[in-house]
This record gives sequence, structure tokens and C-alpha cells, in this order.
Amino acid sequence: MNRSMLTFVLLWLVSPLALAVIETYEFSSSDLEARYQQMSAELRCPKCQNQNIADSNAPIAQDLRKLLHQQLEAGASNDEIKQFMVSRYGEFVLYRPRFSGATAVLWLAPALLFICAALVVFVSLRRRGRSLPDSALSEADKKRLQGLVGNTEKGS
Amino acid sequence: MGSRLKLFLPLALFIVLALFLFRGLSLDPKAMPSALVDHPLPEFTLPGLGEKRQLSRDDVTGQVAFFNVWATWCISCRVEHPYLQQLADWGVAIYGINYKDEDAAALKWLAELGDPYRANIADREGTLGLDLGVYGAPETYLVDRDGIVRYRHVGVVDERVWTTILRPRYLALGGAVAEGGVQAP
Repeated sequence: MNRSMLTFVLLWLVSPLALAVIETYEFSSSDLEARYQQMSAELRCPKCQNQNIADSNAPIAQDLRKLLHQQLEAGASNDEIKQFMVSRYGEFVLYRPRFSGATAVLWLAPALLFICAALVVFVSLRRRGRSLPDSALSEADKKRLQGLVGNTEKGS
Repeated sequence: MGSRLKLFLPLALFIVLALFLFRGLSLDPKAMPSALVDHPLPEFTLPGLGEKRQLSRDDVTGQVAFFNVWATWCISCRVEHPYLQQLADWGVAIYGINYKDEDAAALKWLAELGDPYRANIADREGTLGLDLGVYGAPETYLVDRDGIVRYRHVGVVDERVWTTILRPRYLALGGAVAEGGVQAP
């Protein structure tokens, strides 16, 4: 009884995973398989709004996985495969867009924003550091302080 | 004065952000420009549907024409079919790309529903579809005299699509159409 319950629960847990793997491919080396996993996670399914081809069960994603497998086995480099996909489906298919005029803002904005923020922090800290001694005590207070310090020094 | 202006900085930032977000509201995330626009129609050698002869790029280019990607398993294709027939009756040049389909089913479809196509390319494995960047039927490509793809429409071609999107482009390229197709019916 217990064991069958356990089996049931395990099956229930496993089934979504089983569904996620839509088809399996044989690879001639584990290196190719690793590249297949990486590339299929980085290529975007053209039909779906926000899914990579590894996760999608759209017919087009299936075709692209098949193609990816074929090209990997044929010895194509990652860049060649990406170029093949982009020339047909546009930059849209790349989840990691290549650096170009159109994507420069995308790639450079984080660094630029970080530099801007660092500058603002730097400048405001410096300004505060400089202005503190001036504003903390007025001229009259300073004289009074000097007088007090002078008195204690004499007294000791 | 400088510090007073600084008070408006958050407002300025908010306005810039709001403008971007507002623009984003009217963008269509599904709009995906074809990578093939302004590139030649890919080379292919595929059988004609229901024919013995092989068709290649040169057989189907030379005039301004539409290339309609369709299949019998595609429900939207059935929806747009009568309108394609209407366009063909007006003399609009339409070629069919029968995409990942079975010949028998496709021929039955054409016999029953009518055949608006000048010729049909039987792309059984979807290889031409892949080179075209097809990601779902129906898709309709506008190709000019020199065999250069000028526009790609994804989805059903109906009267609205024809009059607002496809007809102006087709006519601008010098596409042939009878009287009924020029004036809005």
C-alpha cells in the first residue's frame, strides 16, 4: 500500500519532466550534446512569444531542434548555426543578441548607467565632505570653541 | 536656481519613462519583420503538387506575385481560401507553397474548394519553408519581378489585409490586377 502510494507520487512528480522532453537525439559525443543543450536554450522559438526551442513543443521549435542536431553532427560551429538561423528568422531568434549597431544600446547601457551612478555618488560624497566643516560651525561658534579649548588647555 | 531645477529631475525622469511605456503599449510584440525582406526568394527544386515536373525558383519568378504558404492541417488557411480565390479571379498572381502536407489531401482540398494558385510547390519536408523563415501557416510573401521578397504577411489574408496592406504594395511594384481588385469591393 505504502509502496504503491510512493510510486504514484513519484510518477506524478516525474510526469511533467517526461512531457518536457519531446524527442531525444543520439549524439556522437557528449561535447555535442552539451552544445545542443546550450544552443537549444539560447535559441528562441519564432512562433512563441517567450520560449526557447528547448522548452517549446510548437512544430517549428521541433523542426529547429532537428536542424540544430543535424548541423551539430555535421560539424557546424555555434556561430555558423546562429548565422543560419538569423538569416532566416532574424535577430529575434537569439536570446543573447550579438553586438551590433542596433544592439549597442542594449549591451552598453548597464555599464553606462553604472558609471553615471558612480559619478553621482562620488561627486555628492565629495561635496558633502567639503561643505561639512563650513556649515557645522559658524564663525561665532568657532571663536567660542577656540575660547573654550584655550581655557581648558590653560586650566590643565 | 540650479538646485531648484534639480527638484524637477524626478518629474523629468518620470515623463521620459512614461513616454517609453506609452510607446510600448502600441507596439505589437508579435510583429516580426521577415529576415528575407529585400533578399531574393531562396533557391529550391521541389516537385509541383500533383505534377511530375520539378519546379525551381526561375519557374515561378519573373512577375510580381504572391507566394502563399498553406496546408490542409491549417485551419486559418481554410478561412482565407475563398478570399484568395477572389483575388485570383481578379487576376492577382498567387503561387502556393503546400507546406508539410500530404499530396492527396492537398489535391482533394483544391478540387473541393477551388484552386486559386498558378502553380503549387509541394514542400513536403518544409525545407523551402525553413529557408523562407516560415514559422506558421498561413503566411503570404510578396515577390517582385526580379524575384526579391518585398513583404511578408503572417496570418489570414482577408479584405482588410488586402486593401490596407497588400494591395498598395502589390500595385506599387506594378502587379497586375483587374478592375474589381483595384477598387474596394
